[in-house]
Formats: sequence, C-alpha cells, structure tokens
Amino acid sequence: MAHASHGSGAGHGGGHAGGGLKVMYIVWVWLLVMTLVEVFLAYLHVPIHVMLIALLGLSVVKAALIVSYFMHLKFERLSLVYTIVPAMVCTMLLMNVFFPDAQRLSLNAIFR
Amino acid sequence: MTIATKAESRGLRAMWEGGIGGLNPYAIPHKKLGMWLFIVSDSLTFAVLLFGYAYLRSASASWPSPFHIWPSIAASTGMTFVLLSSSLTMVLAVHHAQHGEARRVVPWMVATMALGLAFVILHLNEWRTLIHEGMTTGSNPWGDSMFGGTFFTITGLHMLHVLTGVVYLGVIATRFSRRTMNAEDVEIGGLYWHFVDLVWMFVFPLVYLMSVSMGKGGH
Repeated sequence: MAHASHGSGAGHGGGHAGGGLKVMYIVWVWLLVMTLVEVFLAYLHVPIHVMLIALLGLSVVKAALIVSYFMHLKFERLSLVYTIVPAMVCTMLLMNVFFPDAQRLSLNAIFR
Repeated sequence: MTIATKAESRGLRAMWEGGIGGLNPYAIPHKKLGMWLFIVSDSLTFAVLLFGYAYLRSASASWPSPFHIWPSIAASTGMTFVLLSSSLTMVLAVHHAQHGEARRVVPWMVATMALGLAFVILHLNEWRTLIHEGMTTGSNPWGDSMFGGTFFTITGLHMLHVLTGVVYLGVIATRFSRRTMNAEDVEIGGLYWHFVDLVWMFVFPLVYLMSVSMGKGGH
C-alpha cells in the first residue's frame, strides 16, 4: 500500500505522474489540522471580521489542497486549469458587487 | 481532393489522439472533462447560495448565533472529519483501481459510502435537534427568521449531494465489480465525491463556526 511520494512509477499511462499515497495521507492530516484550527478560533470568540477573514483564508487553502491532490488537478495539463479555474473564480468574485447593497440595509450589522 | 481528405483525416486523427479534442480533450478522458464542467457549474450554485446567506446576514441586525461548542460544534466537527476521511478512502479506491488491484477497489468504495451515510445520519440528527428547538424555514426562537430558510437550504442541498454521491458510488462499485466500468469511471466518481467534501469545507465554517453562541441559550 505504501507508495513513495510522487509515484512516478504509477502504472497508469504517461500523464499521471505524482499524487502518491504518502502525499495523500499528509494532505488528509493537514486538512484535519486546519479544521481543528478553525474550530479553535470559534472557541476563542475572535472578533467576527477577523474570524471571517481567517476562516475564508483557511477554507480556500483547504479547497486548493483537495482540488490539487485529491482531485489530481495539480498533475493535469495546465490548459485544463486555465479553462476551468479563472472563469469560476471571476464569477464568484463578481458576486461581491451585491454586498454594498446589503450594507445599505443595515450598516453595522456585520460588525455587531 | 483525396490529398485534402487525407490531410484532413490526419488532422482529425491528431486531434483525436493528441489530446486536443475528440476522446481526450486536454489529455484527459472526455467523461472526466464533463465531470469537471459539472463541478464548475455546481460550485457556482453553492457559491450563490453562500453569497445569498452572507448578504442576508450582513443586512440583518438580529442574525442568530445558536450553536454552542458542545454539542453542536463538536458534532459538526466530527461530521467534517467523517467527510474528510471519506475522501481519503475514495483516494485509496481510485489508487487501487489505477494500479490494477481490482479486488481492493470495492471495499474502499463501500467504506466511502458508509462514511457518507454516517455523515448524513449525524447531520439529520443535528436537524432533528434544531427542529425540536423550534427552528423552521420561516421562523426560529433566536432572531432573524431568514436563518432557518438559508440554513436548511444550504445544508439540505449539500446533504442531497452526499446522498446522490452514495448512490452514484454504489452504481460505479457494482459495475466495476461486473467489469462494465473501469478505473476511469472510479476516478470520475472520485472527482464528484471530493467536490462534495470541498463544498462542506465552506459550509462548515461559514454556517456553523460563524454562528457560535457567545452566551447562554440556543442550541
């Protein structure tokens, strides 16, 4: 079961280098650790805007780890990454244009 | 005429085999590209729901923070660990499928499905407690009435994805053991499963951890 990291000998065609099992176990442990850090922040009752930035930052890192290693995107052709990631991220960022309107309804609610 | 046709067919063949289009666009199986495109659109669905949640919350003066560290956050942290571990068992299933160790694929897929079902059962228990405390889609005892609607919509759609994933993996496992599906199909099923895990990595902090109770009362 134990394969070296970056299993270049992964007998599945040419384009599937990388992503050995050892790396997967390490990624899994990191995901658990980052989840515990998030829960610890909630336990500490950090100010809510600090909390939001910290949680979103950690979540983006966790998502990147899952996409890169578990979903193998790190080892795919770069053109695939360019095709699917930037358009999705741009669309998500564009949704932020609505937030000033929410603030109009209640200016200080988010920092209460 | 014949030369042009030859060149044309050569070009098509190059596209077909060279990873430009055809069966292997971007040098991946076309079914895998299909799953990636579905994941892009589905991630936008969840993004819109989470942005809607954030919009309503930031516009509200009385958004509830009903979750206590014990038992709610402890339970949802356990659910997060279960889902993360199910991704690892799925990685193992895909790994064995790709390395020709067919006998070890189905057990790991069954483990993944069992962890998925465990997640759903824990989640339904969480729902049951909240409903018991008076939370509905239109009202709750703690504050803004929109909380219940957004909570049940986001976590409900995610739960539906987990259940769909359990069925999907069950179909793949059955057909893999009957040799009507191969390692490629297992890998594509894995993509879907990891995506459902990924969505929870945003739902758990934004819906649960951002709503931890500061004082007494609530759930």
